[in-house]
Amino acid sequence: MEAIILQILNGLDKGSAYALIALGLTLIFGTLGVVNFAHGALFMIGAFCAVTLSRILTLSHEVIDPTRVDFLGNPLKVDVPYLYDWFGVETGDMIIDWAVPLSILFAIPVMIGIGVIMERGLIKHFYKRPHADQILVTFGLAIVLQEIIKYFYGANPIPTPAPDAFVGSFDFGVLIGFEANQIIYPYWRLVYFAFACLVIGAVFAFLQFTTFGMVVRAGMADRETVGLLGINIDKRFTIMFGLAAAVAGLAGVMYTPINSPNYHMGMDFLVLSFVVVVVGGMGSLPGAVLAGFLLGILESFASMAQVIDLIPGINQVIIYLVAIIILLTRPRGLMGRKGVMED
Amino acid sequence: MFGLNKKDTTLLIIVAALCAFAPFLLNPFPEGSDMAQFNAGYPDLMQRFVIFGIFAIGFNILFGLTGYLSFGHAAFLGVGSYAAVWMFKLLSMNIIPAIILAVVVSGLFALLIGFISLRRSGIYFSILTLAFAQMSFALAYSVLTPITGGETGLQLALDDPRILGISQTAQGNIPVPGLFGMEMRDSFEWAVGSWLFTFNFGYYICALIMLISFYVSIRIFRSPFGMMLRAIKSNQQRLNYTGLNSRPYTLAAFVISGMYAGLAGGLMASMDPLAGAERMFWTASGEVVLMTILGGAGTLIGPILGAGMIKYMENIISKINETILHEWFYWMPDGIEDLLVAMVYPFIGKGWHLTLGIIFMLVVIFLPGGLVEGGQRIANLFRRRKAKKDDTKGTTEPAE
Amino acid sequence: MGILEVKNVGKRFGGLQALGDVNLSVAENSVHAIIGPNGAGKSTLLNCFVGKLIPDTGSVMFDGQSVLGRSPHEINQMGISRVFQTPEIFADLSVMENMMIPCFAKRDGAFEMNAISSIGSQKDILERAEHMLEDMNMADKQHMHAGSLSRGDKRRLEIGMCLSQEPRLLLLDEPTAGMARADTNNTIDLLKQIKDTRDITIAIIEHDMHVVFSLAERITVLAQGTPLVEDTPENIKGHPKVREAYLGESA
Repeated sequence: MEAIILQILNGLDKGSAYALIALGLTLIFGTLGVVNFAHGALFMIGAFCAVTLSRILTLSHEVIDPTRVDFLGNPLKVDVPYLYDWFGVETGDMIIDWAVPLSILFAIPVMIGIGVIMERGLIKHFYKRPHADQILVTFGLAIVLQEIIKYFYGANPIPTPAPDAFVGSFDFGVLIGFEANQIIYPYWRLVYFAFACLVIGAVFAFLQFTTFGMVVRAGMADRETVGLLGINIDKRFTIMFGLAAAVAGLAGVMYTPINSPNYHMGMDFLVLSFVVVVVGGMGSLPGAVLAGFLLGILESFASMAQVIDLIPGINQVIIYLVAIIILLTRPRGLMGRKGVMED
Repeated sequence: MFGLNKKDTTLLIIVAALCAFAPFLLNPFPEGSDMAQFNAGYPDLMQRFVIFGIFAIGFNILFGLTGYLSFGHAAFLGVGSYAAVWMFKLLSMNIIPAIILAVVVSGLFALLIGFISLRRSGIYFSILTLAFAQMSFALAYSVLTPITGGETGLQLALDDPRILGISQTAQGNIPVPGLFGMEMRDSFEWAVGSWLFTFNFGYYICALIMLISFYVSIRIFRSPFGMMLRAIKSNQQRLNYTGLNSRPYTLAAFVISGMYAGLAGGLMASMDPLAGAERMFWTASGEVVLMTILGGAGTLIGPILGAGMIKYMENIISKINETILHEWFYWMPDGIEDLLVAMVYPFIGKGWHLTLGIIFMLVVIFLPGGLVEGGQRIANLFRRRKAKKDDTKGTTEPAE
Repeated sequence: MGILEVKNVGKRFGGLQALGDVNLSVAENSVHAIIGPNGAGKSTLLNCFVGKLIPDTGSVMFDGQSVLGRSPHEINQMGISRVFQTPEIFADLSVMENMMIPCFAKRDGAFEMNAISSIGSQKDILERAEHMLEDMNMADKQHMHAGSLSRGDKRRLEIGMCLSQEPRLLLLDEPTAGMARADTNNTIDLLKQIKDTRDITIAIIEHDMHVVFSLAERITVLAQGTPLVEDTPENIKGHPKVREAYLGESA
């Protein structure tokens, strides 16, 4: 029982990331009808927003510390972040410590901006082109984006820690009535899961309860008809692209403490996220979220020692295996609508 | 000739000539000159040009003709490599049985994956092939280690049986792949003035096989079968309502292109007898997609051009570094020199992927027919200009 | 016994009864029109003949054999060819190639691995396709890209492609929909000529009464998924039920 709960919990963080990326992919696919292979790159750029902000926050100038000397006997020069000068050491330290959560505020405008530029500058011209062309051009874009990041940030992963308050683990088992030390769970993963739920909830609420969201949903169902009503659907879809980019970016920002970001993390996630989207059903938002969590949890179960002993290698292939089975038995995925991408 | 029309025969002869004279054509700069780093006429790279040419020609039979975009073709290349290396381990170092087994095994593998994946079309097909290839990669890396060598890859060893050959040479080394006494690495070097040309046996074997593959692909393109494949891309519904079953056609195309990939994998192993799982990784599948599109999907010569261009960039542009850039721009005023170097630097050396990505995007946006379409447009431009000239001549003549 | 026998065919989509209880018999070598207002289930019925849809109930027999459960290419090989509402041709291929493909289907069946011989060596197919193009008055356009043809020519080409298979039953789904008057008249003439010169049964779904009354020998009127009447054109013209179905109560 403990083992099962632990595996479910372990699957949640990866599942959250899958769900968030797949949600954005589905938003873009459902509204614009574009298969966006650059979506993983947006996730990666989000992660690098966090890196960038923590670099900005630690911008420093050299100050001679009179109380200490270096090994040659000269006064020691130390780097002092500007934040210390402005807010004092204590507050400054706290702000730096909270760089990752603060990056959310930084990432939202940046990602929306990147998304809108991408849509207006490139994707717009591919609405009428075949899906294969869309895949290819966004695949090219993904390569370009990740190379740009590699040029500025290098090829190595950049550790970006969570705030001290969330470092370490806690005993989740005790909370739900198990014995101590049975279910140990890192704080940040729980934060990530909660954050993902919040974002997903916000997106659904936005689509459900705002007029804007209503029009977008109508557009997802039948683009032509909504266009005929004289509603300028294109402008809304541009904003949707920005929103989807922001969702992917936020998923990336918050993922940095779990996995140090590197330039190819987007591609690694993209392949899996597409599998998630297809499993959930092309064009279905709840399907994307459901499939994201489901596959994350399945993956975590498949990497249990007992399971691997039983079926060697299953942890490596489980997601693909599930995808193949679902595609062959339920061609529209778990919750897909009829007639999407079937021609 | 060879059952081809005049245009196709010319094309085949041009490709044959390019292959035959590649050691000269790719080494235009004298040794030791500043430009010598642009020489691509060394055996290793020339072999890769033609091997990836074969891979792309095969991919084009599937994608270019039927429009089915496979994102997992590297799996067949990897399987071919493993099969060939196993033949070197068990049978002999002769490359013929190795290549035959590589083609047969990859063909069977393609039959299995194609049979399942082709039940869906469009993006679903792409995802299915991707999933299968990633599964093959993951399994080759982990559970199948006894067959694939896992992380270290499959290598030859001194105690391999090689029942028709020798386990080790008289000097106690592992024997090298060969063909009836000739070794793949045998080369003949010819120095002319300060130029040095290398003629490598392995390269010419690969080139010959590529020519045969190219010839077969032309025949397929011009056959009723090829026409059916183009009809599938154009309008599958009409084809079905015309009494034709599209499934076996696409499956046949899938298997043929899988066999081409296996052939390329077998040749790779023949040139350098080892095989690793990374050959099956999805980026490797993406690479052949890039090659085919860049050159021109659905055209005969396009995939070869695309393969050549990407391999050239990978090996030559990636070697340019900052010092070399400074050498190039040294004659400029200092400030401008630094500026130019700074501007060009991100696109060369390790940044060659960026250049590739940008070129690829430009091709998809502006030249959906790839380099071949670009060439045609330029040719048309000249033709039109010439026609205009003739026109003006025609109208001015009476006035004289 | 007609060449096409439809018995008690019904089809539901969710809550919508698209076809009720359809009985229909198309006599051999006749021209049979199926007419009806929008949403009467005409296209659904046609899709049941060609393997695109499988009805929930009933049977569809062609020449004594059931077509239900067979895929479109199998049904086509049985001798039913279909013309679509918007012309479905191979737009990326040349006109000549378009015409050759059904000739191959007729000669070689549903699949033939003919990957080594060149197209040019298939003399019989070339001859047959050329002949058919001449019949369609399109011989001068054989090297054109099929996608660049005018709409009327696309329709001609599609009908020609179907005829080159020598089908026993030709199904036409609103062949003149969206056509200009001149093109419509050309199509009517073409179909009349086909009817007069070939041993062929034609079943036509049509909206345009002008087309129907110029061609049909028998007419079935479909309304709300069930056949109202089946009769000769003369009798249909004055039939009160038909007028009601088409023009509403006021008629």
